[in-house]
Amino acid sequence: MITILLFAHLQDEIGQRELKLDITEITVKDLKQTLTESYHLTQMETTMVAVNEEYALEYDIIHAGDVVALIPPVSGG
Amino acid sequence: MTEKLFEIVDQPIQVNTLISKVASRNAGAITTFIGTVREWTKGKRTLSLEYQAYIPMAEKMLKAIGDEIQEKWPDTKVAITHRIGHLEISDIAVCIAVSSPHRKAAYEANEYAIERIKQIVPIWKKEHWEHGETWIGDQLENVPYPTEKPEIEGDIL
Repeated sequence: MITILLFAHLQDEIGQRELKLDITEITVKDLKQTLTESYHLTQMETTMVAVNEEYALEYDIIHAGDVVALIPPVSGG
Repeated sequence: MTEKLFEIVDQPIQVNTLISKVASRNAGAITTFIGTVREWTKGKRTLSLEYQAYIPMAEKMLKAIGDEIQEKWPDTKVAITHRIGHLEISDIAVCIAVSSPHRKAAYEANEYAIERIKQIVPIWKKEHWEHGETWIGDQLENVPYPTEKPEIEGDIL
């Protein structure tokens, strides 16, 4: 099981703050693909992924138990 | 007293608190940057803003910016607080205080901090306009990252 945290427009699109997916192992890239296809999340191409609070790369592997955050372009300040 | 130098809060920011966090007998200057909620942006009127953050990671990234500043301007002290939640026009969204022995480093490091906040800290603002609302960062004010992730200094890609 991996936990996926949603923010900004992604949270609005799904209507909830997090998702739990029954996945043992997946790359960042494949996860983004899956979320685009299954949950119709938009703008995933500009969305960063953080795994356990660290920015991750496309081919990093996410494991069961990890907390993944989807991070659209930030706009703080 | 343990106070957090890098903090996300949901209450009004007290600028004096940040100033006292960086105050030092070695300091000859303290600069503060105060980011406030603007009413008009390119002819569009903002009624209020809502900020959201991935709090634990946002505080970590603020700390990372502090570390970068220590590298570049070694004798500075930095404190950054960003507010989240509902903010009205003129409310303080972010405050950065930097102290240093001489003023130049305090000015430079302070500007560096706000630029980095806009690049790597997971905070988002939603504009409540007169006619609707939008999460910013998806189209208007921000460009997508040129590389697959924000560049963090000292991080090996």
